Amino acid sequence: MTTQSRKPEWPLWEVFIRGQHGLNHRHVGSLHAPDAEAAIRHARDVYTRRNEGVSIWVVEARHIAASSPSDKGPLFEPSESKVYRHPTFYDIPDEAGPM
Amino acid sequence: MDALHEFCLRMGDNTLVLGHRVSEWCGHSPVLEEDIALANTALDLIGQTQMWLGLAAEIEGQGRTADDLAFLRDAWDFRNLLLVELPNGDFGQTMMRQFLFDTWHHAMLTALAGSSDDRVVAIAAKAVKEASYHLERSAGTVIGLGDGTAESHARMQAALDLLYPYYGEMFAADATDTALAAAGIAPLPESLRASCDVRLRQVTEEATLTLPASSFAHSGGKTGARHTENLGHILTQMQWLQRAYPGATW
Repeated sequence: MTTQSRKPEWPLWEVFIRGQHGLNHRHVGSLHAPDAEAAIRHARDVYTRRNEGVSIWVVEARHIAASSPSDKGPLFEPSESKVYRHPTFYDIPDEAGPM
Repeated sequence: MDALHEFCLRMGDNTLVLGHRVSEWCGHSPVLEEDIALANTALDLIGQTQMWLGLAAEIEGQGRTADDLAFLRDAWDFRNLLLVELPNGDFGQTMMRQFLFDTWHHAMLTALAGSSDDRVVAIAAKAVKEASYHLERSAGTVIGLGDGTAESHARMQAALDLLYPYYGEMFAADATDTALAAAGIAPLPESLRASCDVRLRQVTEEATLTLPASSFAHSGGKTGARHTENLGHILTQMQWLQRAYPGATW
């Protein structure tokens, strides 16, 4: 026999946690779960055991559209030579405080 | 007060024995995510055990600790419900047992917020948050597996048929319960039944499961009169280190 029967797997979910002091949800990892509610419960159990979070987002991995690594050149290299896009040519007045 | 001491043993032995049972899954669960979730649940329950048995030891006033009560008592001294000492079975059976327990446990801890004893209020306030999550997870899993495939549905129905006769013990009262209710320390067990039954019906219905017709209920766990043969087996595992190496610490 060359064919192997594979058990159906739960879909993959990407997990984003907003930390105690963080403003943004950050990607922390992924997990498998049958549906969104179970994915949030799993995320709570897997990724917030040490008091890491105050909010959880999950998204099924297949819904994430990603850029292709082979497009890296055309996508990102043109910006390398455009230093004027960095706001480093301004003098920030002291009164403005840290930016 | 003797009744409060007995009550702390009952609450603490429930969480101790169930916590041990659930911990048996560690490293054996069907998937990694459930393995961690089960371990978290077991740790929550053991943490609650420390509080209840700690209070029991304090009331007893004989210099024993929560550890002494957990590891140096024999089966006939345990006051846990029969439900929690039953074997894990398959994952579905474990989650059905958890759901039946969580339904009662959550209702009990919620009611204990109004206890006349501040120490009981403090323990219940901490434990009820954990129990609420346990209930959300176990109810969700029972629904998911009950209303799942033909295989998972059949296993969940078998688990319900097996465990339902152990549901009634949670609502049976004895003299201890009457004394606790009179003192305003804990609710009468049967006063929790209506709301628990409603939840049980809702969840089993959504899970497409059928509640057994017979309301027969095994008893003898919380009074200590008649445990199942399973408890002794749990204790031989759970207590062997303290029995083999008395006083061992690390």
